[in-house]
Amino acid sequence: MTDKPYLVIPQPDDLLIDIEGLSIGFAGANGGTPIVRNFDLTIRRGECVALVGESGSGKSITARSLLNLSGDGAEVDADRFLIKGRNALQFREADWRKLRGTVTGLVMQDALVSLDPLRTIGQEVGEVLSAHRTLRGRHTVAARVTDVLRKVGIPDPEHRATQYAHQLSGGLRQRALIASAIAADPDLIIADEPTTSLDVTVQAQVLAVLAERVREGAGLLLISHDLAVVAGIADRVIVMRDGRIVDSGATADVLRRPRHPYTRQLLAAIPSADSKGHLLASARFDVASVEGDGAVGSVIVRERLPVRKPSDEALVLQVEGISKRYVQRRTAGREPSLPALDQVSFAVKAGEVVGIVGESGSGKSTCAKIVLGLLAPDEGEVRLLGQPWSGVAEAERRALRARLQYIPQDALSSFDPRYRVADVIAENLTGDARAKRDRIVALLDQVGLNAGHLGRYPRSLSGGQRQRVSIARALAAEPDIIVCDEPVSALDVSIQAQVLDLLSELQARLGTALLFISHDLGVVQHIADRVLVFHRGRIVESGPVDQVFSNPADDYTRALLSSIPAIESAFVRSSANAATAGLSTARSV
Amino acid sequence: MWSRIISRLLTSLVVAWASVTAAFLALHALPGRIQDILAGDLEYPGLREAIAAEWGLDRSLPAQYLDFLLRILQGDFGTSYVLRQPVTEVVGSQLMPTVQLALLGGILAVIIAIALALLTAGRGRISRQIASFLELVFASTPVFWLGILLLMAFSFTLRWFPVSGASGWQSIVLPSLTLALPTAGLLAQVLREAMEKTLDQPFVTTVRSRGVGELVIRARHVLRHALLPAVTLGGWLIGGLLGGAVITEKVFGRPGLGTVTLGAVLTHDVPVVLAVVLLAAFIHVAASTLLDILYLLIDPRLRAQ
Repeated sequence: MTDKPYLVIPQPDDLLIDIEGLSIGFAGANGGTPIVRNFDLTIRRGECVALVGESGSGKSITARSLLNLSGDGAEVDADRFLIKGRNALQFREADWRKLRGTVTGLVMQDALVSLDPLRTIGQEVGEVLSAHRTLRGRHTVAARVTDVLRKVGIPDPEHRATQYAHQLSGGLRQRALIASAIAADPDLIIADEPTTSLDVTVQAQVLAVLAERVREGAGLLLISHDLAVVAGIADRVIVMRDGRIVDSGATADVLRRPRHPYTRQLLAAIPSADSKGHLLASARFDVASVEGDGAVGSVIVRERLPVRKPSDEALVLQVEGISKRYVQRRTAGREPSLPALDQVSFAVKAGEVVGIVGESGSGKSTCAKIVLGLLAPDEGEVRLLGQPWSGVAEAERRALRARLQYIPQDALSSFDPRYRVADVIAENLTGDARAKRDRIVALLDQVGLNAGHLGRYPRSLSGGQRQRVSIARALAAEPDIIVCDEPVSALDVSIQAQVLDLLSELQARLGTALLFISHDLGVVQHIADRVLVFHRGRIVESGPVDQVFSNPADDYTRALLSSIPAIESAFVRSSANAATAGLSTARSV
Repeated sequence: MWSRIISRLLTSLVVAWASVTAAFLALHALPGRIQDILAGDLEYPGLREAIAAEWGLDRSLPAQYLDFLLRILQGDFGTSYVLRQPVTEVVGSQLMPTVQLALLGGILAVIIAIALALLTAGRGRISRQIASFLELVFASTPVFWLGILLLMAFSFTLRWFPVSGASGWQSIVLPSLTLALPTAGLLAQVLREAMEKTLDQPFVTTVRSRGVGELVIRARHVLRHALLPAVTLGGWLIGGLLGGAVITEKVFGRPGLGTVTLGAVLTHDVPVVLAVVLLAAFIHVAASTLLDILYLLIDPRLRAQ
């Protein structure tokens, strides 16, 4: 890597990154084949380039190679690797260190773990300045820190600088993380999933902060698995899969007129109102003339779900006026406590899918815990199948427990780590061993796994397979209702599509009611019949999902909906005849 | 944060009171008359009567208990009838050398452990393995054996340090090293393990992306995280240091609590034994209180209400 001749190529001043034929490998790993191969990238000042792909596609390793932080033992090679015109292949560790923070700034996911939790925001943001001796003197650094915090939109920056990451809300925290990356004014910001795990409204704010930096002339490399996030901000998109570029070009071309099958597959797997009633993973693009001006566009064709069992009017779950207030669980510096739940009432009919949406802290999880009988409400009552469920002793509840099942977000941590797949599912079964085994195999078959998975440990399964096991466990009890708490939030879009398909298929066939909690409005729109919008512990709006989403009556619902980055709405602004492209025109076959 | 510290201090007082009560009850639970127990092996006319008068043994048990509590509160631990001296004087005169030795040993242990962990955590395989092997050897070597080995090497053979005694700084080098090495071995293992776990945390990547040097990352960020599990071990380590100090004193022929305690046990000098037991309890309570407050200083997340 050092025997390459120094490439003297005249660089236009605004070209920050110029990479050709990049490969990254780890000695001995992956059978000696590089993890990333033949990767090209250019980034200019004032330009946002997005790197999208599913987990394991190599996008993070690639982005971090710009800082030489791909990980221990990473072997980076390239035909050309220029950072601001300098050959990075000849850099020593000290050269890289000088570059970090001043030329390239890194923003990662989840500021709670990406900022040192034991140091104040001010210390964290100021560190890059003292590391490079950009500024000297405590007061000069403090003044600059205040400046940067104000620049990323943090109110009362003097006070915030003295606080710790855990004392800030998710949005402020993420902005502080951005501040720590841009304090020394780097030419290029590398943002690695900067909004993952944030609420939509907070996500919109964070993206706005990044877009502002781009407007001021910084380059931005945005890594995301969320195509919609990318669509709103990126100038160019690079789609990665298995360490290679499969598709790239201007954002409008790649995402609105996707040519590559993989990009199409990714786009089609995004759940939305149009995909409702259809299988997501079955989607394919068809070239068709779109009604109107006769322009040729592509339409997504999806298979229909099986016909659903007609829902009778029997109420499975009744929640009447429940309230819950947590006492003394406040950390210093936050607003005074609000009730976690305030007079919440709703009902779920047999075979119905009810979605709950809301931001973190809106009371969704508290509500789920009360419905599951894990938490007693301060006021109000929950009835399951017409019988009292809250406020009774657990011994009385036990007979009904099987009727109500649960699918968590993180399936793995809900399994006993010493249990094999068969043991996990058997927990919900009774009878002799042989009958149990047959039933478990039948259940695995139902969720798209097979007898070969019986003896496996869940930790050796993929994320999608784990979630299938947790669905099989829930179904084993033959429940009337399943509480699904963010069941697909941790999954990649194509895996999410498969799991959602499985859930909606089984729901249609078995007629099990679902209480489906998600912060992803598209997912809820896709799967739910009715939706409840939670805000500050109250239901601010409820009704049929299409009606609520297309005609929101409440201000908060409107704000929530307008914050969702949607691929189409991103282009309605930039292209006059975007409607004819018909990306989201779903048609049944 | 202050309310936490105050409530922690109050709990410590309760624990200290409970240990005094336990000592009192233990004394009265022993078979035989109290004055016989307190007199130990001594036998001369009037002694039993004098003891009974001093301890107020003719009064009711609650009255004796209150009296006992009050005396301890005033720092009066009674009289050693064997040594014919107030216990406070016996223990007090020997306390400082032991505390000095334990403190020096502790500080040395912490310095060695931190240096080892900083230099080897997550670094080259071979240096890690060598360090880890040495730590394991030191952690599992009994203090007296280590002391004898050091004496043979540096006193008898090389003649760098005196064999015994407590005069001049040279005399404390080997004892404090003897005391420090086993503790340092254990502490370094815990620290390195915790540092390696911390080095995998995402925030370390963020710090690296600011262009901060590797040693600064370890000293300024990672070490602080690694100290948390080490502090948990701290209470146990302080006990080990005090116990180790007593043995080390014997090996190196130093004055200190070790000599006093051993003498008191052998001559059945119960008042002195009682005082040493209570002293050990108080030191433990004080140390664990300090460590709990140390937690709050290290981790701001614990300071929240």
